[in-house]
Amino acid sequence: MSVLPLGRSRTDQELRPQQRRNRRRNLRAALLFISPWILGFLVFTLWPVLYSGYLSLTDYDVINDPNFIGLENYGQMLEDPKIRLALWNTFIYTVFSVPVHIIVSLLLAMLLNRVTGRASGFFRTVFYLPKMTPPVAIGILLLLLFNGQNGLVNGVLGWFGIPGPSWTTDPAWIQPGLIIMSLWTLGASTIILLAALQNVPQELYDSARVDGANSWQTTWRITLPMISGSLFFLTIVNTIAAFQTFTEAYTAYFGSGNSTYSNDAALFYAIYLFQQAFEFLHMGYASAMAWLLFVIVLVVTIIQMVVGRRMVYYEGDGNG
Amino acid sequence: MAETQLERAVALPPSDLAKERPRTRPPRRRRGNPLARILTWAGLGLATVMFTYPLLWLVSASFKPRSDVFDNKLIPETFTFENYLTVWQEAPLALWLGNTAVVTVLSAVLVTLSSAMVAWGFAYFRFRGRDLLFGLVLATMMLPGAVTMIPTFLIWNGLGQVGTLTPLWAGNLFGSAFYIFLLRQFFLGLPRELFEAARMDGANNWHLFTRIAMPLCKPALVVTLLFEFQAAWTDLMRPLIYLRDSSTFTIPRGLKALLDQFGFGGNWHWEIVVTASVITTVPMIILFFLGQKHFVRGIATTGSKG
Repeated sequence: MSVLPLGRSRTDQELRPQQRRNRRRNLRAALLFISPWILGFLVFTLWPVLYSGYLSLTDYDVINDPNFIGLENYGQMLEDPKIRLALWNTFIYTVFSVPVHIIVSLLLAMLLNRVTGRASGFFRTVFYLPKMTPPVAIGILLLLLFNGQNGLVNGVLGWFGIPGPSWTTDPAWIQPGLIIMSLWTLGASTIILLAALQNVPQELYDSARVDGANSWQTTWRITLPMISGSLFFLTIVNTIAAFQTFTEAYTAYFGSGNSTYSNDAALFYAIYLFQQAFEFLHMGYASAMAWLLFVIVLVVTIIQMVVGRRMVYYEGDGNG
Repeated sequence: MAETQLERAVALPPSDLAKERPRTRPPRRRRGNPLARILTWAGLGLATVMFTYPLLWLVSASFKPRSDVFDNKLIPETFTFENYLTVWQEAPLALWLGNTAVVTVLSAVLVTLSSAMVAWGFAYFRFRGRDLLFGLVLATMMLPGAVTMIPTFLIWNGLGQVGTLTPLWAGNLFGSAFYIFLLRQFFLGLPRELFEAARMDGANNWHLFTRIAMPLCKPALVVTLLFEFQAAWTDLMRPLIYLRDSSTFTIPRGLKALLDQFGFGGNWHWEIVVTASVITTVPMIILFFLGQKHFVRGIATTGSKG
């Protein structure tokens, strides 16, 4: 009998009759093991999703019972200038941060792929380190490093004779600051891409070189197609995350402390939703906002999947 | 939280976490070109400075007197422990750290055990509708947290738990889609023979899980523990939603309160904010160095199959 991993199950013919009789008992045992998730799914996913749909059609402030108002929340969202602002900010943040994030991660991964042994381990550690920093602390670092008068960033720009802007107070520069700061934690993506690069079979490069391809050509014709699956994955995941970005911007620009300057430029969708729900107690309105976010994320992900399917090379697929 | 979970969520080759993968490519590309080598090292060096300097800056600033915090010198001109004493007096830090420890340990342990159970249920047993059900597990990862956030709050509010630490960890009793996925991938790589042999020897289902499967997948369990430990420690949104009294704060929530009070808030004491940031961050850095191998391998294996 060959060794069969659990991942490959035996066909019915291979099962002995006694095992087949055990099936019913099997089902009971399986459900027992899965029961924590089933319970959690019903209570903390399925019911909340349905109830949130209902709440989005009501006016609800937690204290008084939900008051059914039909689609009024959705109508109100169309006229709320802050929704438009929050959507725009989130859109800009996503459109700029995600591609830059992936391109820089890829460049670093390619550099890292040229180094081996101890040095490679050292750099991987260093690149991942910022990812361990709590997002609250990253929000604070943003305020400190990008401080207009005496922050480190403007200090460095000063060496090159560039007068740095007021990153944290000038509405035009708040977004760029947030985007740049978000790049600080791209080390995890670099490590994912490095793993993908290391999985590209060396024979491909060898035969390409025999055919006279230079490294520019091998990068575009071999490397990128071979790691397109990982690039695609990172694009989807980072886009979804960017749509929901909250903690760093909330820490730096919202909360009870800040009243000195306009933070409109940092009003991301998740922040406005949070304010509506838990600061203004507009639970119905916030639920409607959550559903809009859900639909946007879903639509964007589906578009990416459709486009991605054409561009991603899967091994054995033959349509690279 | 949703973002970090998703970020790690893609086909993990079975049992990949157990072993270091051999490099498929011999590492001797283009030794010959000195310019390329110089550029490589320069690029990596620059990146190293970018990634580490902010943290070094933060630690260094925490040892500077108030007037020097922004002097951007790596070595403090006047070295002082004063800030740490001040923070300790200004804020109930021991309490916050204690609360965070409770939430973090409970979250990590509970989610690891429950996810492992569920993952085992999906990996070992075969029953009708299994793949459909597992598809549902994966589908929940796509759901933005905002959709369930409000009703979940209402559940805890109804149970009178708002203002306590319970909502921050109790949901972890029910497993978490990403970890279920990760651990199942791992279980799928175990040889079925092992379990059939154990069954011959009279082991029941529970024994198969606790005595054979769990010990064999220790590396994946460690990855789960570490990832959740970090997620629970650094979370801000849920403490913002559920915690009211400063005595119940976790350390990130407390740090935000300190920022609001001493950062802007009219009285500019950035040295307090800086020092509290260091105190919040250092445990994660320690965690990272303790479990470095697991973090890097865990993250590397997640994205490897499109």
